[in-house]
Amino acid sequence: MIDISKSESDLRRLRWRLVFAGVMVVLMFCIVLSRFVWLQVFRHDAFHAQAEDNRITVVPVAPARGLIYDRNGVMLAENVSAFTLELSPRQIVDLDKTIDELAQIIEIGQRERRRFKRLYDDSRNAEWLPLKTRLTDEEIALIAANRFRFDGVEVRARLFRNYPLGDTGAHVVGYIGRISPDEKRRLDEDGESSDYAGLNHMGKVGIELSYESTLRGETGFEEVEVSAGGRAVRSLSREAAQTGKNLTLSIDIRLQRLVQEWYGKRRGAMVAIDPATGEVLAFVSMPTFDPNHFIDGIDQQTWQSLNEDPDKPMLNRALRGTYPPGSTYKPFMALAVLQNGVRAPNTIISDPGYYMLGGHRFRDSNPNGHGAVDLRKSIAVSSDTYYYGAAYELGVDRIHDFMKPWGFGQLTGIDMPSETTGILPSSAWKMKRYKTRWLPGETPSVGIGQGYNAFTILQLAHATAILANGGKVLRPHIVKSIVDPIIGSHTPAVDAPEVTIALRPDYVALVKQSMVDVNRTGTGRVAFAGAEYIAAGKTGTAQVIGIKQNERYDARRIAERFRDHSLYMAFAPLDNPRIALALIVENGGFGAQAAAPIARKVFDYVLLGKLPKDTAEPFPARPELDESEMRDVPEPEPEPAASPAAGVTAPPAAPPAAPKAVAHSPPAAVKAGAAPTSSAARN
Amino acid sequence: MGSTALSLNRRSPWELVRRFIFVFDRPLLIALGMILIISIATMYSAGLDFPGRFNGHLRNIGVALAVLWVAALLPPSVLMRAALPLYAVGIALLVAVALFGSTSKGATRWLDLGFTRIQPSEMIKITTPLMLAWYFDKREGALRWFDFLIAAALLIVPFGLIAKQPDLGTAILVLAAGAYVIFFAGLSWRLILGITVAGLAAMPLIWIKLHDYQRQRVLTLLDPTSDPLGKGFHIIQSTIAVGSGGLGGKGWTLGTQTHLEFIPERTTDFIMAVYAEEFGLYGVIILMLLYLAIIFRGLMIAGAAGTSFGRLLAGSITLSFFTYCFVNLGMVIGILPVVGVPLPWMSYGGTAMLTLGLSLGMLMSIHRHRSTLMPH
Repeated sequence: MIDISKSESDLRRLRWRLVFAGVMVVLMFCIVLSRFVWLQVFRHDAFHAQAEDNRITVVPVAPARGLIYDRNGVMLAENVSAFTLELSPRQIVDLDKTIDELAQIIEIGQRERRRFKRLYDDSRNAEWLPLKTRLTDEEIALIAANRFRFDGVEVRARLFRNYPLGDTGAHVVGYIGRISPDEKRRLDEDGESSDYAGLNHMGKVGIELSYESTLRGETGFEEVEVSAGGRAVRSLSREAAQTGKNLTLSIDIRLQRLVQEWYGKRRGAMVAIDPATGEVLAFVSMPTFDPNHFIDGIDQQTWQSLNEDPDKPMLNRALRGTYPPGSTYKPFMALAVLQNGVRAPNTIISDPGYYMLGGHRFRDSNPNGHGAVDLRKSIAVSSDTYYYGAAYELGVDRIHDFMKPWGFGQLTGIDMPSETTGILPSSAWKMKRYKTRWLPGETPSVGIGQGYNAFTILQLAHATAILANGGKVLRPHIVKSIVDPIIGSHTPAVDAPEVTIALRPDYVALVKQSMVDVNRTGTGRVAFAGAEYIAAGKTGTAQVIGIKQNERYDARRIAERFRDHSLYMAFAPLDNPRIALALIVENGGFGAQAAAPIARKVFDYVLLGKLPKDTAEPFPARPELDESEMRDVPEPEPEPAASPAAGVTAPPAAPPAAPKAVAHSPPAAVKAGAAPTSSAARN
Repeated sequence: MGSTALSLNRRSPWELVRRFIFVFDRPLLIALGMILIISIATMYSAGLDFPGRFNGHLRNIGVALAVLWVAALLPPSVLMRAALPLYAVGIALLVAVALFGSTSKGATRWLDLGFTRIQPSEMIKITTPLMLAWYFDKREGALRWFDFLIAAALLIVPFGLIAKQPDLGTAILVLAAGAYVIFFAGLSWRLILGITVAGLAAMPLIWIKLHDYQRQRVLTLLDPTSDPLGKGFHIIQSTIAVGSGGLGGKGWTLGTQTHLEFIPERTTDFIMAVYAEEFGLYGVIILMLLYLAIIFRGLMIAGAAGTSFGRLLAGSITLSFFTYCFVNLGMVIGILPVVGVPLPWMSYGGTAMLTLGLSLGMLMSIHRHRSTLMPH
């Protein structure tokens, strides 16, 4: 039964409610719309900026590090492109498990695991850390096939620093390594961290450190559009990275290698300098190490073995080891004596085998003495008595004042980091250091290069070069020139301000002549028998006092370690010297025994291109590149083919026929390449 | 139905075909057509990196339009007769889900039939208002207070079963659809007010009963930055997309938030963010006016319907449609929690599209038969 009137009122009520609903709908839509207006009109700028922020990320583009060559263009530090297996610790829950699983796919050695662990401990915040470097094609394929199983595991192509000659010249070239947390903090404090955007490595030691900013190059930046997942979608703009500048060292790496071989297992250091320029031709510290271990973090075990080795292979002896110069000091003492007018060249003293001072007897190394000794003889026979007295007559402060300009006990200013000063004693120094007066009885020992004297081999070589120059001081330097890899311009690394020590030429000539006597009739005569040039030198023997004995006890070694150090300093040829050197063979005994023969071989090689019969050519014959050619070839291959060596014999502006003519006779070209290096390169 | 069949017999064949095909309501069809143009364009852009999305969307629209046509063809009397059985089947399926349903992500929503999985809560969105409209129609003119009580019971049962799954979003939509029927059936304002107050008072209690993830969604809404990488990320990136669109938008297929994958669920729940980013405020206004046109036309159809059943069903369908729009837009612009409600005719999704076609078809059918069919 239907009540019509009720239905009518129901219908009316329904229609009112529909109107009500309509009003509510409009109201609610207005709320929504007002929110859209708020977001899209009033907050538009802010959200637009946020969307752009979302979209665009600036990615640093790492520059390629500059390359390092020796003076003849032999590659010492290069960049190698290689694939690495890298892990992102943040994305990986269980690192050990992931590495175990990866080890089932490709071989991952204990050394790599240890190194990774150390790397991870050092840099926990790093985004990606290499687990295995230099993957083979097969390994890459295996990882790619199993890639889906792993998060936070990637194969990446990277440029690696490589030192192709390994331990040859390692102390000079140094190495780069991962930036440590401490270094990171220091960079942040100095405001330099932006220079390292995109870079994980920096120079740690050697030239790699001292020329860090030159080699590093400048980071470029790329603006990329990224997706929410952080994937770069496309590049918007790009400021290219600037490749670091290349370095040409003054080092002759073949000489360096030869000297290392001549040292063999012996410890020591040798520095050879071209006195005319201050260029360092060889900078040897033995034993040495393979810098390639350090680039991506060394593993704990290798590190320990290097660190705890009693031979201290990581110590740069030439730069940081200080030794008493022993008798190699005498030529400089002789000049001090003459310049100060304490003794005349022809002053003769009697050498009974000792020197008496206040009841104390200073013994001569020759217990019978050398009889009547003048200055020239004092050097040739190495009379201690002569110099005991001379030193006492001079007094320590006059010795100090004379020796200081020669660089003894001073920084030479060589372009290597962490040079050691050493000690050039004086009364002021002793007061400052020990708070006591200088005792006159301490002076005689100073005169024969013992006592407080402690110099680096670099300082001794530097002083020898000054002597060879007749007093002209040139700052020793390792880097010959900085080469722009793009325009090829060479910039000399050091424009040394010349300083000349005022010396009377006849005194210099006399001292030089007496050093020639050393090699003819004196202590160096055996080593220099039959030399085809005139070499001036002085042997030295430094007593081993207070050698640190905190090393592991090794019965076989102990005796050897108390033996004297064998020293030698020399230059050649006498007129117009081309090489000056100083070297030490630790615990080698008398200077004439161990050190002088090495110097002889160096001179033979540098001046004559001669190798001892038992020494093989260190590198396959390679052509020399003169500088004009290197400009055209900024990155020479390590071993270019022999035939293009034409450039050596043919001048750069030679007619086009010239290279062809040489190319027809490759054996001749090879021979030209094998010619002595240093002499040719220095012309 | 009988009179319709008779009248058809007397017309010319062309008239017969015309009657059979042109069952659509012109205003609704025009508004829908314009929405679909926007929808297809937006899906093309949003689906650029989703192979198959765009074609799937076209297919879904095609199916939905076919369903719409069939639903518009069926007279409301058929729906009336089907109301009770459909409701019963729906409830039975919900019970079956509760007993044997398959669980995924902590919610038991699906029934595994062996060859396919169905989600019964989707069909409940239609069958519940259908059932209530049928009930009130049956009691027309003799409505008593306990009729509302029975209606409430008919509503609470599916709501409770769905909320239990738990799927609070769908449950609330079902509740709303039923509540609209009850509202239009004439529930007194005093009771409405009372229930509203009681509901507000029960809020803390509901809060306690909510699941953790549901609470999180509400908290995230209040402060999206509290969870910038999780749920908050959706809200933040979605508002950035909308806001960066500005007045005129970034242009079709040029939305950076969209194409760099910053907008989550950009083909489904968050497609409005894509549209707002690329077409700007002007585009938003146009789309909202079109939605408003459909809603107003629906309310007019409800007011003009010849039967109580038609009026109640049309009113409920229309307001449900509005509810979907409001909840989805509110979510995209960060004024409502993130709940999985698609934007009608815009979002990708076959089931939702089907339901929409069915409901719009029912509206058209109700309007076409507003005077030709009187019950009883």
